Amino acid sequence: MNCIIIDDEATARAIIGQLCSNVKELTILEEFPNAIQAVKYLNQNGIDLVFLDIHMPDFTGFDFIETLKNPPKIILTTSDSNFAIQAFEYDCIIDYLVKPIAPERFLKAIQKAKDKPNKSSGSSEPSEKVETTSGNDLYVNIDRRLIKIDIPSIYLIEAKGDYINVKTEDKNYTVHSTLKKIEEKLPENLFLKVHRSYIINIKKIIDIEDNSVLIKRDVIPVSRSNRPELMKRLNLL
Amino acid sequence: MEQPNLSYIHSMSGGDKAFEEKIINIIKTEFPLEKEEYYNSYNAKNFKLTAGIIHKLKHKISILGLVKSYETAVAFENNLLEGQTTLNQEFESILINITNYLKQL
Repeated sequence: MNCIIIDDEATARAIIGQLCSNVKELTILEEFPNAIQAVKYLNQNGIDLVFLDIHMPDFTGFDFIETLKNPPKIILTTSDSNFAIQAFEYDCIIDYLVKPIAPERFLKAIQKAKDKPNKSSGSSEPSEKVETTSGNDLYVNIDRRLIKIDIPSIYLIEAKGDYINVKTEDKNYTVHSTLKKIEEKLPENLFLKVHRSYIINIKKIIDIEDNSVLIKRDVIPVSRSNRPELMKRLNLL
Repeated sequence: MEQPNLSYIHSMSGGDKAFEEKIINIIKTEFPLEKEEYYNSYNAKNFKLTAGIIHKLKHKISILGLVKSYETAVAFENNLLEGQTTLNQEFESILINITNYLKQL
């Protein structure tokens, strides 16, 4: 089984890697400190099993699962047993391992993964080639100054806790606000919320894969529920 | 106070000294950074963020065999999410305990 490990903690990645090294059927292809990087990787590589931490900053393990159209088998690894019920609402989740992971318990989870029949994963589906179609000023309050931002130059807005990060062609702005508030100020024909943490300028999309968009150098996840609207907004050949 | 130990790491390694050395080095690198993050966010009274950092530290606390300290960390994480800080000193003594232990390794 080809596997990847997604965990923001290097110690956890090393331990899971060690546990995998004792199981000859498992091959660790890659490790990721955050799930966003892994979304792109999954789109390009055939993966049978993902060891996924739930509790990661900005983009949780559950956010990750939500972005996948056909997720591979997933074993959750977490220091928190409170999410067990939520976890088993997802068919792709094979098991739920609480850290520190005992070797015997790990082997039991692997056996479950082996026993569960394979489903076609999202990674094996062809990526879609799309062309985008599709433009004001926005004043934001930063350190008691009202800064003007040219709306069409915004390519991405991401939620960061109580703040939003507004990325433009030449500068980034961190503003104390919410995605909901800024969304109301942006032209609907240009901007789209593709995930609960991201609004993108659809004119700035470079490419789209199954469940992520590339804007500038940012790979942004697209929630399953938001994908139909995104596709509707594109001029597809 | 209970003392950290390497029992879990030994149980994982199966005698693989290279792995033991690797995991200890990772903990020695990662722990001070997380500890600093903890103090920064706690002193800034960003308790939600602090709880998230404790969540990560919990794993290392458990790896180092600190059973009671782990329970304290779980309770402190939950308390911080409710804005309570009463376990602060107890938790910080755990961090000191681990820091001292890692210096000896």
